[in-house]
Amino acid sequence: MVEKAADKGHVVLNNVSKCFFEDEKKILCLDQLSIEIPPGQLTVLMGPSGCGKTSMINLIAGYETPDTGSITIDGEKITEPGHDRLVVFQETALFPWMTVFNNVAFGPKAKGLAEKDIKEKTESILETVGLQDFQDKYPTQLSGGMQRRAELARALVNEPSVMILDEPFRGLDAMTRELMQEFYLKLFDETKITTLFVTHELEEAIFMADTVIILTYKPGRVRKVVKVPLERPRHFSVSASKEYMDIFNDTIEILFEEAKKAFDHDDASSLDIIQSLKRNSDDS
Amino acid sequence: MTRIKNLAAAPTFYAALAGMILFFSSWYFLTETLTLPRFKNIPDPLSVVTEWSAIHPKYGVSLFTKPYYVDILYSIIRTYAAFAGAVVFGVSLGIVMGWSRILHNYTFPLVEIFRPMPPLSWIPLAVLVLPGIELPVVFVTFIAAFFATVLNTLLGVQSINRDYFLAAKCLGAKPRDILFHVVIPGSLPFIFTGLQIAMGIAWMSIVAGEIIAGQRGLGYYIYEAAALFQYEQVIMYMFTLGFLGYVSSVAIRYVGNLLMAWEEAKRKAR
Repeated sequence: MVEKAADKGHVVLNNVSKCFFEDEKKILCLDQLSIEIPPGQLTVLMGPSGCGKTSMINLIAGYETPDTGSITIDGEKITEPGHDRLVVFQETALFPWMTVFNNVAFGPKAKGLAEKDIKEKTESILETVGLQDFQDKYPTQLSGGMQRRAELARALVNEPSVMILDEPFRGLDAMTRELMQEFYLKLFDETKITTLFVTHELEEAIFMADTVIILTYKPGRVRKVVKVPLERPRHFSVSASKEYMDIFNDTIEILFEEAKKAFDHDDASSLDIIQSLKRNSDDS
Repeated sequence: MTRIKNLAAAPTFYAALAGMILFFSSWYFLTETLTLPRFKNIPDPLSVVTEWSAIHPKYGVSLFTKPYYVDILYSIIRTYAAFAGAVVFGVSLGIVMGWSRILHNYTFPLVEIFRPMPPLSWIPLAVLVLPGIELPVVFVTFIAAFFATVLNTLLGVQSINRDYFLAAKCLGAKPRDILFHVVIPGSLPFIFTGLQIAMGIAWMSIVAGEIIAGQRGLGYYIYEAAALFQYEQVIMYMFTLGFLGYVSSVAIRYVGNLLMAWEEAKRKAR
């Protein structure tokens, strides 16, 4: 079982700016961004493509360093990747050449734990995600949902302070996606592991989040911080409640505006979010 | 019409058999029945097989004579020595080039200039620089196989999804872990494609190499036999080279499948 992550994983971005170069043109990507990811909470990051979500993840993960400002985790400055912050990527980044067991054991092995501890930890986490019978399979032999669970296990086994999930359920069919949302929420309720969750789907965001942070289109600034005080544990029926609908309606306008900006700038990938928003507003 | 279609879709063994029968009968037809002027000195398949399997062959070499196997052994040792060199040096250079941007920039244009140079063109320098007989032969066999291996390994490293590196780093992997658990397994499918190509190239180049050897080896005897107008021998040795190359390819595929069980799993999952 995963232990309670206590109050670890307090991530603070203070005045963070980041530029990158596109066709030799300097583009401001994050503009003096100040965000707090409170420990033990599930924070969802939303915004159209081009709002700098990926940059933000890269910065927190330590793959890149900010041009100005600072990022700290539990008071310590982030300078390089470390297994206190684990990223779960879009689609899947499980190593296809390793069995599920070896994928999950990768972190503990790299840390140089004893063979016995590695086996024990890996097997116990695989049981938590319900993959104990699939540990000798290769990732390609698993269904999409199982792959995501294996990926969560590979991160969780390292007992990170914060989990960074970059559209982790992208590409799953609607049914599996909902099951995975429920699965992660259950895990979160049990462990209270600090989570930064990036998604394009507003329904997913509200269903999962304690806080939804919406970023603006180029450059990324905080547009709005939405608190989601819905009671936990949550069930899917929550989406029929009045509180949910209120939050939904407050948020969708803003999101639509930002997505529209991206769309007008001819950012084709913004179609993603527009389509998903359109679908949502048609439903409601 | 449907009968032809059915035949074309026959199980692989029968299809292969049909292809061979078609080829050998055309050969027989061209050399024996039609006897076109340019073809009339070429022995027909039957006389090649007869010579090949004769206990007392006309020209002294067949399946039942010792020199035949000595030649095969010489060629195998030379080719495999060259191939081993191509694997060791080619894979190493390919991985380093794929991994280090700087080294890639220094070496890639050079590799691309050297790669198309035919093995034959290396003979003068190989003889000039390398001592003895065997080293130049192996070098000429090695050189083209080496560049094929380098290029495919490089492509293999470059084909690895960037997320795998990021994931490994954030899971706490050190460069050594990344080399052995990400770079090498990740590029293995390309490496093995490269090795099959390299093995084919090595068997092609061995003939060029063995001209300079001046003694022993299948390639050398092809030239020797041609000079003596023993064309049955030429063809028999050509086919021997073909068989050895085929078996080598199968062996590489077999080893590759053993090492890449996940690829097999992927194919089955589809």
